[in-house]
Amino acid sequence: MSGSETTKLIPFDRLTATAVAIDRPNVDTDQIIPARYLALPREEQVSHLFHDLRYRDDGAPREGFPLNEPTAAGAQILIAERNFACGSSREHAVTVLVDNGFRVFIAPSFGDIFNNNCFQNGALPIRLPEERIREMLDHLARRPDARITVDLDAQTVTGPDNWTQSFEIDSFRKQCLLTGSDDISLTLRHEPDIAAYERRAEAHADWL
Amino acid sequence: MAMSAAATDGTGPATMFEKIWRRHVVVDRPDGYTLLYVDRHLLHDGSYNAFKRLEAAGMKVRRPDRAFATPDHYMPTNTRDKSAIVDPNHRRMVVGLAANAAATGVTIFDIGDSRQGIVHVVGPEQGITLPGITLVCGDSHTSTHGALGCLAFGVGSSEVTHVLATQSLWQRKPKAMRVTIDGALGFGITGKDVILAIIARIGAGGGTGHVLEYDGSGIRQLSIEGRLTLCNMSIEGGGRAGMIAPDDTTYEYIAGRPYAPKGEAWDRAMAFWRTLPSDDGATFDREVTLSGPEIAPMVTWGTSPEDAAPVTDSIPDPALAADAARRDGQARALAYMGLEPGTPISEIPVDRVFIGSCTNSRIEDLRMAAQVAKGRKAQIPSWIVPGSGLIKEQAEAEGLDQIFKDAGFEWRDAGCSMCVGMNGEIGKPGERIASTSNRNFVGRQGKGVRTHLVSPAMAAAAAVTGHFTDVRHMLKA
Ligand code: SF4
Repeated sequence: MSGSETTKLIPFDRLTATAVAIDRPNVDTDQIIPARYLALPREEQVSHLFHDLRYRDDGAPREGFPLNEPTAAGAQILIAERNFACGSSREHAVTVLVDNGFRVFIAPSFGDIFNNNCFQNGALPIRLPEERIREMLDHLARRPDARITVDLDAQTVTGPDNWTQSFEIDSFRKQCLLTGSDDISLTLRHEPDIAAYERRAEAHADWL
Repeated sequence: MAMSAAATDGTGPATMFEKIWRRHVVVDRPDGYTLLYVDRHLLHDGSYNAFKRLEAAGMKVRRPDRAFATPDHYMPTNTRDKSAIVDPNHRRMVVGLAANAAATGVTIFDIGDSRQGIVHVVGPEQGITLPGITLVCGDSHTSTHGALGCLAFGVGSSEVTHVLATQSLWQRKPKAMRVTIDGALGFGITGKDVILAIIARIGAGGGTGHVLEYDGSGIRQLSIEGRLTLCNMSIEGGGRAGMIAPDDTTYEYIAGRPYAPKGEAWDRAMAFWRTLPSDDGATFDREVTLSGPEIAPMVTWGTSPEDAAPVTDSIPDPALAADAARRDGQARALAYMGLEPGTPISEIPVDRVFIGSCTNSRIEDLRMAAQVAKGRKAQIPSWIVPGSGLIKEQAEAEGLDQIFKDAGFEWRDAGCSMCVGMNGEIGKPGERIASTSNRNFVGRQGKGVRTHLVSPAMAAAAAVTGHFTDVRHMLKA
């Protein structure tokens, strides 16, 4: 992992790409990257994305797992069912997805920590209504090479059937993604506020 | 339901969450983001990358006096010798934490210090966790600490770097949800059974975006250990955090702990802490109520903590699920777990038992397990992994270790161990484990391992009978 992560992220504005569908609910971050790979250097983790779902015990790719399909090559969008990436706080779940080319995650809901971790890595989690997700998943099952467009500035997703659906995002997070700025550099500008807070707080709670 | 004006404008009745949040605002942005001050920061051996990023950016730890570290995930629990860690990547994590602590001035309870243990056990035990504070850690089970009446939540590794550098975090204010356990819990029912019943009700994503406050007579009767167990698994219900208002049980627990206030500072702290509980009439964005007397000992049967049922039930039939997605999910879970619909849970044989983790490795957990193990014999390999060195010492002083050893259990050193198996302590493919930990995810305890979450008493009952057993009968006997 290099120091570049604390300086600038790659700005995100608009993306048209194919998608991979992980059509099941409650996909936890242990599935995205199993615990036994977390101590590896980041560049060695990249090949372990969804390892146990993706490969058999003998290491051969598991047939039918979406990432093993030829159409998955080049996909930059991942679509999943409710409560995607719940569980462990491991940020590796985001970085291993990003290192595999994914920049956008679309689901009815996300694990809260994963959701925050996305923004620390220039990735965009989008919540869409369950019915929309269902439509997209069904469409992708028929046409896995369908392209989806995500426009952050307009806050829209344009699906393979050419419908357009808007999504919500905090304006703070949107700006950070559009400009590629990270939290720490922003916070350091508030150093005087933090110092002032500490003086006030320590007068009150002197036992900490 | 929208949050009422009274709860947000600072004048009307407020929830405990609201009171603690408001107190920690450094900057409120018009777009709804808040720079929130972090009072205490816990670190573990998985925090390696966060320190590395800080160093790479040439930044310093802003408040080393507010940070406390202990290695737990990567250290084997059959030795206290770091040089015995076989995997060089694992050794780097454990050794690296001590080096980072030394270089930055962060307090560390290292291997060999009896205060070392699982980070979420050590915080409360040392009095680092206190009512009214904000506490974060780069670990999802940081929700544990809310049991003492504070706002505690897990963050990612980049956010750990952020807290190290700035002692603060950008947060969007979560919503508040109250979970009431109405009426006394029955005999033999523990915090673990209560939280599994709650998650079975609200679902694994049911609390997403919310801070959960637990209240009601069924909660008040719980010891601090039981409350820590309950709040620990808030994250398994999707909750950002879990919390329980401090009361006399809380104050008794905290008094005299090393990092808790003493003397006059204690009196000032108490005056503040007593203002924390949610005001009468405070409104929550969501309310859920469960009947305390109806909660039975729980066992999970699937691969999400929401797949939980009373031990007296049978394995559900996916054909009866509410919708197609759930049917597929249940069928997939049962296939992984090697279970047939309709099988009584009490007839499921178990291959191995793990009693430990930040959910259930405290002294009370070990006492309950020992009560069941006493005079009986483990039928299957069964491990006891205390949550900290101090708990291990206390258990030994009480003779619990001897009870376990006599019953054929393995008595180990403090750490996360088989909860996640990052240190290599994992089960075998196909093995069925009764575990007191918090996650029954596919492969969590090793590839192909089938995890059933239970309380320590239920785990001990499984150990001595070889299958799931309603422990209430054994406790009565
Ligand atoms: S005991 Fe398990 S859940 Fe708790 S901190 Fe360790 S690995 Fe995480």
